[in-house]
Amino acid sequence: MSADSAPLRFSAAGRLRTGIDLVHVPRIAASLAELGERFLQRLFTPDERAYALAAPVHTAERLAARFAAKEAVIKALNLSQVGVHWRDIEVCRAADGACSLALHGRAAEAARALRITEMSLSLSHEGDQAVAVVVAFSDPAVADHPSP
Amino acid sequence: MRRREEGGGCHYPYGMSTDIESRIRAVLAQHAKLQADAATLPVDADLYAAGMSSHASVNVMLGLEGDFDVEFPDHMLTRSVFASIAAIQAAVTELTAA
Repeated sequence: MSADSAPLRFSAAGRLRTGIDLVHVPRIAASLAELGERFLQRLFTPDERAYALAAPVHTAERLAARFAAKEAVIKALNLSQVGVHWRDIEVCRAADGACSLALHGRAAEAARALRITEMSLSLSHEGDQAVAVVVAFSDPAVADHPSP
Repeated sequence: MRRREEGGGCHYPYGMSTDIESRIRAVLAQHAKLQADAATLPVDADLYAAGMSSHASVNVMLGLEGDFDVEFPDHMLTRSVFASIAAIQAAVTELTAA
């Protein structure tokens, strides 16, 4: 073993952060059936609800993908002990279907504190599963986060 | 001490504690999807280790809010608040005393 064979270690809190979450769509459908409007109101923003409810046949999978996105952000930014409301992490959908993230409240505060300058989101669902991947980039050189 | 106006049951402090714990166990049995029996799980057992997913913890939170007529504020929406029966009981006690 050579002298320079020490492992190359990478910090989990470096400039590049990722989060992924997989959600079982039928469980979201069950939560919706069981908890109803409170489940929708507590977890999803008005725009997220409107999009999900616009196509009843796709409601559960759309909510599942958005819930996965929120959890993926929590993982990427290590927010599980920060105390962030799910509605403060919002999935925005453009007319062409491209999805992006908007952070509000304590989630936005945490992102500013981490000097997050870019976040990218990818959503997918197939059958009973929905998945979201979030990549965030922090730039410690940024003194003040750009205005929203 | 805040008392309920109606509904009967125990109103003395020691009885309330037991009542809160049993109601938390009932919510866990309904929503947490635990591998263990929520009725007999030790109060300090790790609920995530017992099988509760992040999604299930959200359902538990909503179940608790409905059962205790409280709303968890943002700063209490953390993993550790829902990590055990004891932790949940501390949070519910704080919210119902407010």
